[in-house]
Amino acid sequence: MPRAPAAARPVRDLRGIPDVPYDWRLTPRRLCGLTTARPAVTTVGGVTVIVTESLSKRFPRVTALDRLSVDVGPGVTGLVGANGAGKSTLIKILLGLSPATEGRAEVLGLDVATEGAAIRERVGYMPEHDCLPPDVSATEFVVHMARMSGLPPAAARERTADTLRHVGLYEERYRPIGGYSTGMKQRVKLAQALVHDPQLVFLDEPTNGLDPVGRDEMLGLIRRIHTDFGISVLVTSHLLGELERTCDHVVVVDGGALLRSSSTTDFTRTTTTLAIEVTDTDEHPDGTRAVREALLARGVRTEDGAGLPGAGHVLLLTAEGEQTYDLVRDVIADLGLGLVRMEQRRHHISEVFRDDHAQRDAQPEEAVRHGG
Amino acid sequence: MAVEQPLRSPDAPAGDRSRIHDIGYRGYDGPRLGRGYARRSLYSQSLRGAYGLGRSLKSKVLPMLLFVVMCVPAAIMVAVAVATKMKSLPVDYTRYAILMQAVIGLYVASQAPQSVSRDLRFKTVPLYFSRPIETSDYVRAKYAALASALFVLTAAPLLVLYVGALLAKLDFADQTKGFAEGLVSVALLSLLLAGIGLVIAAVTPRRGFGIAAVIAVLTISAGAVSTLQAIADAQGSTGAVAWIGLFSPVTLIDGVQTAFLGATTSFPGGTGAGPSTAQGAVYVLVVLGLIAACYGLLMRRYKKVGL
Repeated sequence: MPRAPAAARPVRDLRGIPDVPYDWRLTPRRLCGLTTARPAVTTVGGVTVIVTESLSKRFPRVTALDRLSVDVGPGVTGLVGANGAGKSTLIKILLGLSPATEGRAEVLGLDVATEGAAIRERVGYMPEHDCLPPDVSATEFVVHMARMSGLPPAAARERTADTLRHVGLYEERYRPIGGYSTGMKQRVKLAQALVHDPQLVFLDEPTNGLDPVGRDEMLGLIRRIHTDFGISVLVTSHLLGELERTCDHVVVVDGGALLRSSSTTDFTRTTTTLAIEVTDTDEHPDGTRAVREALLARGVRTEDGAGLPGAGHVLLLTAEGEQTYDLVRDVIADLGLGLVRMEQRRHHISEVFRDDHAQRDAQPEEAVRHGG
Repeated sequence: MAVEQPLRSPDAPAGDRSRIHDIGYRGYDGPRLGRGYARRSLYSQSLRGAYGLGRSLKSKVLPMLLFVVMCVPAAIMVAVAVATKMKSLPVDYTRYAILMQAVIGLYVASQAPQSVSRDLRFKTVPLYFSRPIETSDYVRAKYAALASALFVLTAAPLLVLYVGALLAKLDFADQTKGFAEGLVSVALLSLLLAGIGLVIAAVTPRRGFGIAAVIAVLTISAGAVSTLQAIADAQGSTGAVAWIGLFSPVTLIDGVQTAFLGATTSFPGGTGAGPSTAQGAVYVLVVLGLIAACYGLLMRRYKKVGL
């Protein structure tokens, strides 16, 4: 591979990064040709990746976005909303492909109305729908897409091999895409969004059509895109439970308007619910009831897990801290019962649809049912 | 990520430095060549695709076969001309494409849909437009690629004729002039047919419909025009023959080259039936107008497809 003279090669702009941890001229940057080890610092604290200010999009008969104002920082951000809530419209506007009716938006500091091409060079996009021709191999397809993003031929091939490996496609990448499973196709779609090493990727419903295992793997991959690859992610979904595990920040839109925007820990911080299940013994034919009474005697109220699998055998209680776990252990040991399980059930993001905390606290079992 | 995994046991002799390094994710700091480069890449990929290069073996068969079918008659004519020491080639350079119009039509019908219908059918188009290239880049690259592929198809047999004519020691100046006129004519024909083929193919994501529609448009227009011309000629209204020729792509090119490129027309009624210079100007305007209209229609179509 012909190597461009070092001086002519544009280097990542480090001016904005405080205290570069090492002299970048001494890093392996020079040693590995076109692709280079990424510097440890990839995002500058406090920078916003996406900003929208009263962004609206009105079609003759529908309002797709209604004065939406959000700030999205680096990291993994979930965009939640029912089908038709305006998620795809927002992505289209942010890619600079569809003008907003009013308001403005910036992506990576670039105005979507005037600098769309510059944005699309730095951003990757994974559409919701199928977008792969069945008669070419994943490698050929992704190489072609890399070149469409402006990567020179040699770099396009090298980046394609790297990216397909990172999304988990190995020998099968030389076979025609038509023979792939849904999970493999989703990986190819993800690879084409990442192949040009964007600073930000838009993933539109990446878990659509995947089985639970494939869903977990995809969510893990999305997490890695930020933690390992240093790329910020905006991922849409209509499933709240998924985003809770993956995202640093969640934006909820409904009917084109902002419902809530806050970090995942804010959503799920509050108190922790514990679910416990115990065995029955000859001494205590109804172990669950025995535990409930014993706990009540110690001043801990419990609820039955109505609506959960194994209802009637599951007890729910609110964990105040470490001591609650110890108390439960001691109570069950004193009764001579076997502890089948004791697990945390965090409050789920679905609760954002509730108006006030009081209502939520009154119905903890409802909250659990959503995520169960 | 950066996991180092010793290949041998840790207590291997010192100095043994063979290890597998999983270097994890690597960014890309190299050049990004932008829109122009992406457009050129799409052009070359589409041009190669029009001959099945870089695609499956099956998709190479038809375009290659048609290419051979285009060139073989030229090769035979050249062989005969050289062997029998003829004074001129049996066919004019400008006439060759008119004679082979069925083969050219078949090529357009098979390759225009494969160029654009696939992207529509498999919804690959949004992936292009989520990258720096714009609608105009996509349309220009696809249009230029199919026009170039057609030019290769139609100019290659002319080249065979020209080389053969020189081997047969025919007059160099004469042959070069004829060859140049032939090239101009097939270039116009390529642009026109590529535009018409792409506009029709871009309407439908179904490749089969695209093929059928292109064949239908080309054969029906050619058939209707030649029938009407024959009727007009039989009824003695020779003036109408030239005007009727405006309504099919191949007769359009025939008219242009008769008026301006020293060709003899294939219109019924003999050499005098071709358009006059004034009529020829109309022919040229119609050809250029059609090419522009095709480009405009494609742009409009892809503005809508977008994301």
